[in-house]
Amino acid sequence: MVVGAIFAGGIGARMGNFDTPKQYLKLGTKPIIIHTIEKFFINPDIDEIIVLCPKSWIGHTCNLIEKSLGKTGRVSVIEGGATRNDTLNNALDYIDKTFGMDEDTIIVTHDAVRPFVTHRIISDNIKAAREYGACDTVVPATDTIVESLDSKQISSIPERKTLYQGQTPQSFKAKLLKEVCESLNEDEKKVLTDACKIFTIKNLPVKLVDGEVFNIKITYPYDLKVAQVMLEGADIND
Amino acid sequence: MINVLYRLVAPRMIEVAYSEINLNKPTLVVRPLYLAICKADQRYYQGMRSQAALKAKLPMALIHECVAQVVYDSGGTFKPGDKVIPVPNTPTQTDDVISENYLRTSYFRSSRYAGFLQDYIETSAQRVVKLSEGFNLEVASFTELISVSVHAITRFDRFSHSRRDTIGVWGDGNLGFITALLLHYMYPDSKLYVFGTVEEKLSYFSFADETFHVDNTGSSVCVDHAFECVGGAGSQSAIYQIIDHIEPEGTVSLMGVSENFVDINTRMILEKGLRLYGSSRSGVEDFHRTVDIMHKHPEIPHYFENLVGEVVSARSIKDIHLAFEHDFNRNYGKTVIKWEK
Repeated sequence: MVVGAIFAGGIGARMGNFDTPKQYLKLGTKPIIIHTIEKFFINPDIDEIIVLCPKSWIGHTCNLIEKSLGKTGRVSVIEGGATRNDTLNNALDYIDKTFGMDEDTIIVTHDAVRPFVTHRIISDNIKAAREYGACDTVVPATDTIVESLDSKQISSIPERKTLYQGQTPQSFKAKLLKEVCESLNEDEKKVLTDACKIFTIKNLPVKLVDGEVFNIKITYPYDLKVAQVMLEGADIND
Repeated sequence: MINVLYRLVAPRMIEVAYSEINLNKPTLVVRPLYLAICKADQRYYQGMRSQAALKAKLPMALIHECVAQVVYDSGGTFKPGDKVIPVPNTPTQTDDVISENYLRTSYFRSSRYAGFLQDYIETSAQRVVKLSEGFNLEVASFTELISVSVHAITRFDRFSHSRRDTIGVWGDGNLGFITALLLHYMYPDSKLYVFGTVEEKLSYFSFADETFHVDNTGSSVCVDHAFECVGGAGSQSAIYQIIDHIEPEGTVSLMGVSENFVDINTRMILEKGLRLYGSSRSGVEDFHRTVDIMHKHPEIPHYFENLVGEVVSARSIKDIHLAFEHDFNRNYGKTVIKWEK
């Protein structure tokens, strides 16, 4: 079984003047989160979809999904957690209790605010998770990344050709991910906020999957403007 | 849902564009599996159309030949995973007399409408034709081209008189091969002559009764009806030769596209009482008939496997460019894109 887990847990604090969590803002004719859910919904390799959002937004999210896709029976909306790790754990617990979890269960985790994800990226994630146990979607870094340990001076400049920018989806064998997450102590849990990083720390392989530069994360008002321009750029021939 | 399109914005320049697909209405969404490059696409890609045409049509997603997989059908006619051939022609009106592909109001993919070079193709259950499991998908990718021949042959059946002892096909390229092979199966009692310019290509027409180099036909060769599958600069000499070798009251099916006007020997058309008719593109009925013929004669797709010149896996825009460049340098066979983007 392959389960898509759409993380909509953020409250969108970074969206500046907007009061609505960013994933519920409209892009084109629909909220961003619906665009993202639909990408998973029509992918034949995805058996079930879980949407994890703030508790107070569950009803609203269910309404939006029903309006867009009807009563599908394939999309569940549950409460996310306070942190990304908590949200991930909620997703894993839900999968375990609802569908059962075995060696073949794959979880494809994705940010609700990346609606430009493609069919190929999702398919590559599923293949890589099956083969390697874990994978991360990345694009080669284009900017030079500068490290500063004291926020005042450069401590190092890593070689750019070895650097990538992480996107989502991140995908895993669900049972393996659950075991790895449960093996973390409280201190590790506080600092290890990225599931792929957990695998790396534990010396488990994480396969790189090619992302797309346009698979942007809509975090800031600027990103939403960019996304709107991207979508409106298609002319009437299309 | 946001869809991703790969559009030609200028000759040899492809950019990403985005559009919305509304799943909250009756719709069929399919994903391309294999796409085939057509000469018309290549002319856009290389900028070999007029400036006015390029200005009017671009930016536009190219390609109108593909086989796809169903991912979503709101009506439930198809199930996810079904292999289908999307029909590139989209009529906007019905007409009891004029075929859908000749209606001036119809939209054609990669001409007046976005082509198939997309993450997902939005269409309808009425505009796709289902393939049986196990069908060769590389061959299926150019079903549209095969349907163009089927359409022309259907018209031939309507327009030509009943004496069909000998049928001639001019052109030893892809369209000539497809048309000749279909005629061989659909008119098994007729003698089939093929006329071409390259001996090696002519040798591929082993199913034909005879093949002729156009420079060495002899004066005694006659055909009752003819198909012109040459196009381009060779159109004029091919049509001239057809008129020379065709029997009175024969029909000439013009199928080759030429960017330039072609002089035709009208005196002999009048003297022989010939009937010239054009055929272009095809409609959904032709697609159904094409798939039926290939299912009925499974050896036909085997012949067409030899037309697959190269399969290029496309995971990036660079790969799409590679496919078009390879295709441009190919003088025979189809370039097929395995869509992994």
